[in-house]
Amino acid sequence: MSGYKRMWRRLLGDRRAAVCLGILAAELLCVLFLPPLLGLEPDLTDRTAGFWAPPSPEHWLGTDDVGRDVFSRLICGGRVSLLVGYGAAALNVAVGVPLGLLAGYRRGPWEFWIMRLADVFHTFPSIVLTLCLVTLFGASPLNLVLVLGLLGWPDIARLVYGNTLSVREKEYVTAARALGARTGTILVRNVLPNAAAPVWAALAQRVGRAILSESSLSFLGVGIRPPQASWGNLMQSASSLAVLAGRPWIWVPPGLLMVLTVVCLHVLGNALRDAMDPRSPAGRGGWEGR
Amino acid sequence: MAHYIRRRLITAVPVFFGITLLVFLLLDLAPGDLTDLMGEGAASAAEQAAMEAAFGLDQPLPVRYLLWLTGLLQGDLGRSYQYGQSVSDLIAQRLWPSLLLTGTGVALAVAIAVPLGLLAAWRPHSLWGRLSELFTVIGSAMPGFFLALVSICLFSVQLGWLPASGMYTAGTGGSLGDLLRHLTLPAAIVGVSNVGSILRQTQSACLEVMGEDYIMTARAKGLRERAVLVRHGLRAALIPVLTSILSHIPHIIGGSVVVERIFGWPGMGSLMFSAVSSRDFNLVMGVTVWMALTVLLTSLLLDVVYGLVDPRVRYERI
Repeated sequence: MSGYKRMWRRLLGDRRAAVCLGILAAELLCVLFLPPLLGLEPDLTDRTAGFWAPPSPEHWLGTDDVGRDVFSRLICGGRVSLLVGYGAAALNVAVGVPLGLLAGYRRGPWEFWIMRLADVFHTFPSIVLTLCLVTLFGASPLNLVLVLGLLGWPDIARLVYGNTLSVREKEYVTAARALGARTGTILVRNVLPNAAAPVWAALAQRVGRAILSESSLSFLGVGIRPPQASWGNLMQSASSLAVLAGRPWIWVPPGLLMVLTVVCLHVLGNALRDAMDPRSPAGRGGWEGR
Repeated sequence: MAHYIRRRLITAVPVFFGITLLVFLLLDLAPGDLTDLMGEGAASAAEQAAMEAAFGLDQPLPVRYLLWLTGLLQGDLGRSYQYGQSVSDLIAQRLWPSLLLTGTGVALAVAIAVPLGLLAAWRPHSLWGRLSELFTVIGSAMPGFFLALVSICLFSVQLGWLPASGMYTAGTGGSLGDLLRHLTLPAAIVGVSNVGSILRQTQSACLEVMGEDYIMTARAKGLRERAVLVRHGLRAALIPVLTSILSHIPHIIGGSVVVERIFGWPGMGSLMFSAVSSRDFNLVMGVTVWMALTVLLTSLLLDVVYGLVDPRVRYERI
């Protein structure tokens, strides 16, 4: 595990990555703990404030078309958006890693069928399939996690597959085989730790992609349906010109939060890739030049 | 070469059928059917049965898939439930606007990404390098719809320069100028959101080339920097750049579905959207076929370009 310890040290030594990690952690904490702490009620309509109230001390971001507090909806919407993002990416990995390992290690028909399947999923524009699936089967957060999770695995599988191909030829794998270890043991103990390094970086980027997919679908009105809030469907109100031009406090904050999250994940993913790579500048000590 | 192309075509065929079969199965599994389209209680049981028979929906699934496939091979994609027109006609109407939008978008993306990638590889810490980083971040973190919102807010609402939806102003004859004004915003968004990934590829390809000895030779013999960059650097990097553009096409098609929907652009994306939301089975299948064909043909083109340029690829995998 010392490899992972070293990776953490390098990652936190990179100032940009450390800041991004901090922002993402703070965001998760806010989304999880602010609603009970501040007693946020995203579905409550406030009659005294009325519809479309501008920002005020009671309603930090004003109220929406039926008088609900926009700030509460922003935070609670974040729960849904982040859940979909992290959940779908976790599922990507859970499906992609074993399939990639199997295809790369067993070769033969496994390799053929898994990689052809990956081709089918990879070549087809995923937003189109997602659109079909989500519209036809309904778009609860769970369904979105399942759909995005089960469609996004080929990227991960390809990464793991490529690495497994080279790792399986290494002497320590041959040695383990010669010692009579079972295939499952070899895969988990010897191949996986050495083939999975780039997955961490890809994972960060998959979370970002899933968040963007969710918000695009919800914005178009086929993702998370109101009254449940998500960053995407909060921005949907901006399809009316009055909101778009006259009440930017409703649609700009979810958009900025979403972009901030994805930028942080992007930076973090790049830093992770560098931290895992012994040949990168970070490995030779010092990010000062950057 | 002919042999190589034939072999690539043969491997593309199962993928094509894989995609159509997948979508066919999904559509069949999905809850809701034709009569839902007309609302509760609009049709009696007898009418429902008659209508299902008219569209061939009373047959079992494998039979329906085979029937659909025979139709496809004869160039008949069936009739749309929703519009009552033939699916091929509908697609033909939408094809040109879609091609116009994605084509302009791709051209714009390439026109920004390739020179900027070259300059950023040449001077990574200059303004060019920062600019290319900005585009990469926009490409990976800004979804098309958010860019669309911001630009509609700015250019259509605040400044009032450009129209925010449609392809022509309603009630006018539809002049070229009018079309261009409507095209600008959506095409710019398709372009800008795809600059990032093409740029990254261009930059890394150029970086690799700039380290080669012949670049040093070219400099040593006193060529002007511009000639070194364009004639030696970019030229050698052109193949990876071209392949990255072609391999990015599916992504561009996917992205323009969203942009078309937001701008009310009458293209394939909007068609797909309305087909899916009204469960118009034949139409969804038709659009899927069109998209799968485009994607597969581009990847085939990609392989052929590879094979033409690098003879090793042609012989390696026989």
